[in-house]
Amino acid sequence: MDWFNTIIRTFFDFGAMAEVLPQLLAVGLLNTLIISVAATVLGTVLGMVVAVMGISPSKWLRVPARIYTDLFRGLPAILTILLIGQGFARLSQSIFGPSPYPLGIIALSLIASAYIGEIFRAGILSVDKGQGEACRALSMSYAKSMALVVVPQGVRRVLPALVNQFIAIIKDSSLVYFLGLLVSERELFRVGQDAAVLSGNLSPLVAAGVFYLVITVPLTHLVNHIDNKFRTGRRRPAPPTSGLKEVKDLEAASPLTAGSNT
Amino acid sequence: MNTPTPTKNTTGQEAPTFHGSSLELRNLTMAYGDIEVLRNVSLTVAPGTTTCIIGPSGSGKSTLLRGINRLHEPKSGDVLLAGDTILGTNPDTLRTRIGMVFQHFNLFPDHTAEENVALALWAVKGMPKAQAMAKARQRLAEVGLAERADHRPRDLSGGQQQRVAIARALAMEPEVMLFDEATSALDPELVKGVLNLMAGLGRRGMTMLVVTHEMGFARRVADQVVFMDEGEVVEAGTPTQLFDNPRSERLQRFLSEVL
Repeated sequence: MDWFNTIIRTFFDFGAMAEVLPQLLAVGLLNTLIISVAATVLGTVLGMVVAVMGISPSKWLRVPARIYTDLFRGLPAILTILLIGQGFARLSQSIFGPSPYPLGIIALSLIASAYIGEIFRAGILSVDKGQGEACRALSMSYAKSMALVVVPQGVRRVLPALVNQFIAIIKDSSLVYFLGLLVSERELFRVGQDAAVLSGNLSPLVAAGVFYLVITVPLTHLVNHIDNKFRTGRRRPAPPTSGLKEVKDLEAASPLTAGSNT
Repeated sequence: MNTPTPTKNTTGQEAPTFHGSSLELRNLTMAYGDIEVLRNVSLTVAPGTTTCIIGPSGSGKSTLLRGINRLHEPKSGDVLLAGDTILGTNPDTLRTRIGMVFQHFNLFPDHTAEENVALALWAVKGMPKAQAMAKARQRLAEVGLAERADHRPRDLSGGQQQRVAIARALAMEPEVMLFDEATSALDPELVKGVLNLMAGLGRRGMTMLVVTHEMGFARRVADQVVFMDEGEVVEAGTPTQLFDNPRSERLQRFLSEVL
């Protein structure tokens, strides 16, 4: 049972875990949540802009959206984060101060928006063409028919895919540590990593991993819940009713057909 | 000028009357890319009359309707609404004057029946939402759906959905109504109710252009019947002329297939 003890000591040293726990909670979890939530909000807003540009009738909007998407979806996340985090460090310093934290959030947002844009675009395109036509026939402008009818339906359809993307953002937030964070800015991974190096034991990293799971696993179940809710629909349960009864009711109730000679 | 004036009828409920405008097509030609699907169609629809367009599939009937409200831009020719050309105007303004009802209803699934009717009223006409909803319920009552105003489309039968769609178009107070095979997707027992509703609109003064496969309706309700085939008007006239005395060989063959 020697190997078993080795495994326990390497990965599940509860003493080492307990030691790092306050930091994981107060610094790591907090920063991971701040980075993820900020990148999710920014990425979703940007993603919607990219999606709407991507389905625009004008190629002057469509082509830039396409290039943007190809670029940020095609590059490794770590490369984008480093290029933006270091490339714009000067500019960032004059706006946000010395911390690379805001640039990390922006880089994550750009990457996320490319994926989210594609998710939104797929959702919007899946909405029946007749919906937009009905809007236009009711004299709504293209912009209004998109904003009030087509986009909300499209977004509702892709909520599960969207939540999956949010999970990816949470995991990718760990990459921001490459930019060199201040002690108080470290997110879960970095806190775990530092403690692991100091103690020569992987248990703090395992603890950090547990925190990631605590956030992401409930989210995946939320996906399933949303999916079930929207897929099974909201049709009111009703006993079978004859179409003939409906005919009778409607004829009686509808003044526009009254006096009909048939 | 299009505000329906309520009149009492036999059921004691208020039913509106309409003031339809005239519609005229002059040498209308429409194309998808290089392919002309409608060639030199000319047609006059007098105010407050019903014109039924019949013909085999692929004859350009639906395209014709879509040219009139410019969901598809005509290639050449002219469309005159109440005597004036519509081709120079902003399509969005034009469409407030022309209502359209689709084969597959195209109701907004995430809106209730009354929200479906009210949406364009506040979003386009700028009506306060409460007033738009009140007007929507009134329109729904006119098509017999007062009880179901808070239902979503999926909780309504096809016939009820099409009534909502008609109420939705009427709420904009159009001068002309276009019906694109409005009963083709309905369960058979619900067809007659919707057709009767359409006939009611016609009797109350609406100008209507009805693409339909319901020959009985065309014969009974239409003031004018137009037979189209391969993108052209082959024959036009009164229902009696077309159904009892078809001149062209193509119409004779079409009628022998559908009647």
